[in-house]
Amino acid sequence: MMKILVGYKRVVDYNVRIQVKPDGTGVVTDGVKLSANPFDDIALEEALRLREKGLAEEVVVVGIGPSDLTAHLRNGLAMGANRAIHVVTADAVQPLTAARTLLKLVEKEQPGLVILGKQAIDDDANQTGQMLAALWDRPQATFASKVEIADGKATVTREVDAGLEVISVDLPAVVTSDLRLNEPRFIKLPDIMKAKSKPIDLIELATLGVDSGDHLKTTHYAAPAKRSKGVMVKDAAELVAALKQKGLL
Amino acid sequence: MSKILVIAEHLDGKLNPSTARAVSAAAAVKPEAIDVLVLAAQADAIAAEAAKIEGVSRVLTVARAENAHPLAAVLAPQIAKAAAGYTHVFGPSTTFGKDVMPRVAALLGTAQVSDVMSVEGSHSFKRPIYAGNAIVTVEAEPSHVVVATIRTASWPAAASGNGNASVEALSVDAALPSHTRFVELRQGKSDRPDLQSASKVVSGGRGVGSKENFEIIYKLADKLGAGVGASRAAVDAGYVPSDLQVGQTGKIIAPELYMAIGISGAIQHLTGIKDAGTIVAINKDGEAPIFEVADIGLVGDLFKLLPEIEQAIG
Ligand SMILES: Cc1cc2nc3c(=O)[nH]c(=O)nc-3n(C[C@H](O)[C@H](O)[C@H](O)COP(=O)(O)OP(=O)(O)OC[C@H]3O[C@@H](n4cnc5c(N)ncnc54)[C@H](O)[C@@H]3O)c2cc1C
Ligand SMILES: Cc1cc2nc3c(=O)[nH]c(=O)nc-3n(C[C@H](O)[C@H](O)[C@H](O)COP(=O)(O)OP(=O)(O)OC[C@H]3O[C@@H](n4cnc5c(N)ncnc54)[C@H](O)[C@@H]3O)c2cc1C
Repeated sequence: MMKILVGYKRVVDYNVRIQVKPDGTGVVTDGVKLSANPFDDIALEEALRLREKGLAEEVVVVGIGPSDLTAHLRNGLAMGANRAIHVVTADAVQPLTAARTLLKLVEKEQPGLVILGKQAIDDDANQTGQMLAALWDRPQATFASKVEIADGKATVTREVDAGLEVISVDLPAVVTSDLRLNEPRFIKLPDIMKAKSKPIDLIELATLGVDSGDHLKTTHYAAPAKRSKGVMVKDAAELVAALKQKGLL
Repeated sequence: MSKILVIAEHLDGKLNPSTARAVSAAAAVKPEAIDVLVLAAQADAIAAEAAKIEGVSRVLTVARAENAHPLAAVLAPQIAKAAAGYTHVFGPSTTFGKDVMPRVAALLGTAQVSDVMSVEGSHSFKRPIYAGNAIVTVEAEPSHVVVATIRTASWPAAASGNGNASVEALSVDAALPSHTRFVELRQGKSDRPDLQSASKVVSGGRGVGSKENFEIIYKLADKLGAGVGASRAAVDAGYVPSDLQVGQTGKIIAPELYMAIGISGAIQHLTGIKDAGTIVAINKDGEAPIFEVADIGLVGDLFKLLPEIEQAIG
């Protein structure tokens, strides 16, 4: 029975109002709340459900990041993952490096399925899963809103611009989660206690022999242009008049 | 000098307008040539459309039965081969481009610049991060080919009609996998303007309350000749299909008129409408954050106001 690898990235919580530093060197991250990337919670939930249905035997969460990421990975274990792998690196890695790193773990762990989030809500890159699938030379099923596994294949419904696309892929494969794939469970207190005894493997990124793909340099951060404050109208007639005046009706 | 390959998006034998937007972004790099690559089962009609786009030098076609559906695993190896000799490969930041372009980048061993909003130089671009709450300038290494997706809402479509590009069949020698198969595409059939290219859009949120109530949104949209959109909450609640979602994880749009009805204005929704010309908000809560970005705001009950608006339009 198969093993499922899940990307479990830590990001600035989606409720935080992001502030750009006045000197343009980054965004303010000191003291802001960090949480699991919402898409990764969904990815993990899907993996856990597949295990609960008897379609997988082990769920492994993976994080690539600095040493304090271990605490975050414990949340993934509390949610129900069997174990975690923490690839330790001080520097934030870009998607190509993340994908090359995940490929090393895939070669070692031989999962039947890898589930990542479709995008991380900090960099919004939407790349890592597709890149991993390319490097691994395996299928990708991105933006998944439904996953069915049978006979060594996955039938995946994908949210695309034109509607819903269904594809069938041979396993092993990479799936990336969209928002409507499922609703992640909440972590319960006893699970947090149980998670303390679950194993977390620490691997130094430098020991994996990954060729860095961090080819992009971010040279400046700016706040987005603000829309100027508009007007309030008091009723439907005024609204229609205002739209006519702008030539929109 | 730069040479740019733009990957055409198409469906049912028609070129998607996102392609002409990606050509605009390519033109901003001031390259020596912009070529468009059409991968399809039958490429002729699509290629003919692409050849009319101003600024396009050549349209390259790869017509194979395997290209009948846009499967990233099938298309990416062909694009990677066709990319030889180009300094840049651009695709639209639609679900098509988001799916296939990173796979191309990985095959070429290069990073991807996602969602290009502006071109600052041949290897310097602006893109949004954190749901558009910050705009970063990124520099790509000139030693690698630049693979990028183009944020379509940031770019006008390059003019079509006067272009007169040559069309050439390209043979690419790439092994195509059989591990990925197309099953079906379930399209919401609609006679309304397409959400991504409509000049007017009426969107409903959780405040609309039900699938049945959404009729009131469709009615106003039809009166205005507008496309219809929705918030994530409205999609999650099953009022409308998922392809109507506007926002960070839905569609990013830039209509001349956007009407947000019963939508609170969460940051993830606003990301999708930042470039709209005029934003109208109708909400019963005068404190709703949507009013902070609306050009015209109206506080009140949508069920009372929408019929009144229709009447006032006449
Ligand atoms: C506080 C903070 C500061 C940052 N500063 C910088 C900076 O200065 N420069 C810079 O280039 N980048 C910075 N980053 C971003 C970081 O480098 C991103 O992890 C990287 O660019 C990947 O992009 P993405 O996550 O948007 O990829 P996506 O392709 O959007 O990610 C998709 C999925 O891939 C998986 N995944 C991706 N990365 C990881 C990971 N590390 N661990 C586990 N799973 C993963 C997840 O399942 C994720 O849902 C910063 C991030 C944070 C949170
Ligand atoms: C990772 C992530 C990604 C997301 N991506 C998206 C995205 O792409 N798009 C998106 O839209 N959201 C997205 N969201 C969700 C977003 O945070 C909000 O939850 C969502 O936009 C809220 O939808 P809403 O405004 O319709 O609902 P609510 O916030 O519930 O607002 C409903 C509004 O209707 C008003 N109302 C109620 N009744 C009436 C009435 N009779 N007349 C007039 N007004 C009325 C209320 O005053 C209220 O302001 C995302 C969230 C996360 C975490």
